Amino acid sequence: MGKYVELTSENFDATVAEGVTMVDFWAPWCGPCRMIAPVIEELAADFEGKATIAKVNTDEEQELAVKYGIRSIPAILFFKNGEVVDQMVGAASKDAFAEKINAQL
Amino acid sequence: MLDCAIIGGGPAGLTAGLYATRGGLKNVVLFESGMPGGQITQSSEIENYPGFFEHTKTGMDFMDTWQEQCFHFGLKHEMKRVERVSKSGEHFAVRLENGEIVEAKSVIVCTGSTPKRAGFKGEEEYFGRGVSTCATCDGFFYKDKPVTVLGGGDTALEEAYYLSNICSEVYVVHRRDTFRAAPSTVERVKRKENIHLITDAVIEEVLGDAMGVNGVKIKDKEGRITQLDTPGLFVFVGHNVNNSVLQDEKGGFICETNDWGQVVVDLSMRTSVEGLYAAGDMRIEAPKQVVVAAGDGATAALQVISYIQEQG
Repeated sequence: MGKYVELTSENFDATVAEGVTMVDFWAPWCGPCRMIAPVIEELAADFEGKATIAKVNTDEEQELAVKYGIRSIPAILFFKNGEVVDQMVGAASKDAFAEKINAQL
Repeated sequence: MLDCAIIGGGPAGLTAGLYATRGGLKNVVLFESGMPGGQITQSSEIENYPGFFEHTKTGMDFMDTWQEQCFHFGLKHEMKRVERVSKSGEHFAVRLENGEIVEAKSVIVCTGSTPKRAGFKGEEEYFGRGVSTCATCDGFFYKDKPVTVLGGGDTALEEAYYLSNICSEVYVVHRRDTFRAAPSTVERVKRKENIHLITDAVIEEVLGDAMGVNGVKIKDKEGRITQLDTPGLFVFVGHNVNNSVLQDEKGGFICETNDWGQVVVDLSMRTSVEGLYAAGDMRIEAPKQVVVAAGDGATAALQVISYIQEQG
């Protein structure tokens, strides 16, 4: 079963460089982030081989949060070949996230 | 066919699930689009739920303790968003986001409420880019920076206090000169040196650029405008009821609601539709407290158990 990728400043650029990637910027203290955590895991399984599903712990990766101008979490950024092509702020349903990913495939 | 469909996974929904399953119902599903817990998981403190008195614990810590217990007696969780509920004949049809229909003998709706927008200029444009409704989520991004808080109720002052321990200065803008928050909270806020209360004032506009918010314009009751150069603005001005699952295709409600969209229930959480119950923050006269929502959930579930038995 597909698993989401844990991103750090080390592997971020290389991971989003090719194809479609959904990145969930989250933090352990954030209620809505915790709410969507199981949704992210299911998406990773559903989109295995089609899109990359990834997470950034903004508590540990503050540079990445600053770089992408994150000021509210969960913030979900959609990348296509390294470029940010769409984004969402706040918790949403699995279907809503899937629709955004499918729009880029 | 479900014995009971519970829509919403906050304190009301979880408690309804616990009571319904522990009370013997076999086929009970809680529909919640993510991990259950509800709005209280965004709260920085909870000190009014009897039996849980740990000052350093947050609403999220508190709800963690509910998960195992509420699912222990066979409650099932479907991670799907419900579009709407309708009744045809004796039974209910619960329509999910993907179009799938699930049938149920009874329904408990506990979809709660969502923080309201205040309606000042720039609020929508900068939402998520400096304008926030969750201090525990986003306070961290304003470490050692000044922020503005809008509102004068319990949530506004509790979260202003929480932010004052992270941010350099906290400016609380409130349209009246008295606060609705609990007296103990008001006192605590007034004693905090880096919290500044700006009363009889409203937010006229939030200012920003491509990077997000960089200030707010405040108008006092004489109409004078002052500007605060704060990059963060936290809005706590009440809630809107999440009642869309009770609307039919034409936008009318399937059960009785009041002028604010709150669901009319009796003391047993019965709505005007037989077999349909509402619990928690969405019902009329809701005090919007976890302990009350939990009580509502239990009340509704006990009613459902009798209802199902009567139906045979």
